[in-house]
Amino acid sequence: MTFEIFTFSFMHRAIISGIAIAILCSIVGLFLVLRRYSLFGDAIAHSSFGGIALGLMSGIYPLWTAYGVSIVSALIMTRIKDRFNISGDASIAVLLSSGIAVGLVIIGLSGGFTLDIFSFLFGSILLVSVNDTILILSLTGVILIVILLLYRQILYSTFNEEQAKVSGIPVEKINYLIVFMAGLTVVTSIQLVGVLLISALFVIPNVTAIMYGRGFKQTAIISISFSIFSVVAGILVSYLFDITPAGTIVLIAIGIFGCTIGIKSAGLLSQHH
Amino acid sequence: MLKVVEIEHLTIQYPDVKAIDDVSFTINQDDFLGIIGPNGAGKSTLFAAMLGLNTKYKGTIKFFGTDIRKSKSYLKEIGYVPQKPIFEKNFPATVNDVVKMGLQKESDENKIDEILQQLWIHELSERRIGELSSGQQQRVFIAKALVNSPKVLILDEPVTGIDQQSIDLFYSILKELNSKQNITIIWSSHDLDAVNKLANHVACLNRTLFFHGESDDFFKNDDLVKQYSEASMQKHMHNH
Repeated sequence: MTFEIFTFSFMHRAIISGIAIAILCSIVGLFLVLRRYSLFGDAIAHSSFGGIALGLMSGIYPLWTAYGVSIVSALIMTRIKDRFNISGDASIAVLLSSGIAVGLVIIGLSGGFTLDIFSFLFGSILLVSVNDTILILSLTGVILIVILLLYRQILYSTFNEEQAKVSGIPVEKINYLIVFMAGLTVVTSIQLVGVLLISALFVIPNVTAIMYGRGFKQTAIISISFSIFSVVAGILVSYLFDITPAGTIVLIAIGIFGCTIGIKSAGLLSQHH
Repeated sequence: MLKVVEIEHLTIQYPDVKAIDDVSFTINQDDFLGIIGPNGAGKSTLFAAMLGLNTKYKGTIKFFGTDIRKSKSYLKEIGYVPQKPIFEKNFPATVNDVVKMGLQKESDENKIDEILQQLWIHELSERRIGELSSGQQQRVFIAKALVNSPKVLILDEPVTGIDQQSIDLFYSILKELNSKQNITIIWSSHDLDAVNKLANHVACLNRTLFFHGESDDFFKNDDLVKQYSEASMQKHMHNH
């Protein structure tokens, strides 16, 4: 009975897409967390809400409008932040609230909430189509290749912007690239956990992994492992007990974080020797 | 003698103060230049302009004969060690990771071991950078600055907040880099005794350039030495 779920093709698509999204959110999220930009994923997700509403109203596939609106608004906000010296947390608040506000107005104009809006707000991983799975896998592949090619530049500008500049790294271009990749990742991941919980996948596996890992690559691998475990276990548990996958995935990730805090408090994880 | 740096009529104006006022001097290959002056004298401002971090200046800065406004390629020949490197304390990067960040060609990875051994931090290579003492961290940042075999090393008050044992080791490393590997060193410091022992040239900066020449000439001039040691100390104590 239990193993029967592995025979369903929707479950294959959900697990394959979920693993790809887990890898993507972990690696992009690690750079955001280390840049003290943990809530940036949340802000992009909220701005994508405006894009989804726009798509539903105009009849365009909502994920396409979400990609457009969230990436453009994140890049514009980054430009305004740099140009007018606005702090990171304030720019996140502006981006976050403006996306929700635009979404609410558009939804109001188009006659109120629909079932489609709820599936974007809370995720619908069990409903991903073959085309969605191909899109998720392709974007994951492209983003990972870009990160591997520019690994040193991205890591160095995350570690210390000034020193990276002195080494001849085009730090501003790298920053915009990270924002662009974060935008792609967030919208791609909305199908897994929805707009409201997306930042959990960016942040929780990474803050947990930072407590275990010594070097950067080791930390990234640990984060990806925790993330994949949370996503796969979350999908399976939620199906078996007929509960929401998004909430279950995030609660499992929080459980791993809580255990890590417990282990660290007991003094078993105090030094990275 | 090859001119490494030529600074001509450099002026940097901030909204409320002129940080550098019409400064001109030349640094030659193999120079070990100690730049001295009180806090607020413009040393870090001068370095920021030389490193291309501040481009809002009047005058000209040339590295190896080329105006740095026209080409950034000179940065490949420079190693830079800041006063106190700022990074997230919990950043998950080992000593090896940090030094590797400075590496411009992946093919040169063997050099990392060599440099870590040279700076006596080989045993720390798998430790997280945030767990090391200030002195050890500063040696890691020197290793990162040296990993591309730079022709010039720029150090901005690099021993601030470091214990004396680490300082002594640090100075002996600098001396060796200059005398044995012919690296031109440009170093700002409050420590006149150290400048006297190490540098072969001295520049006295206090927004404008009061002296630039061989260190023997500077240290023979009692008035100048007294003025700079007192000015540095008073300003230093005032700031603490």
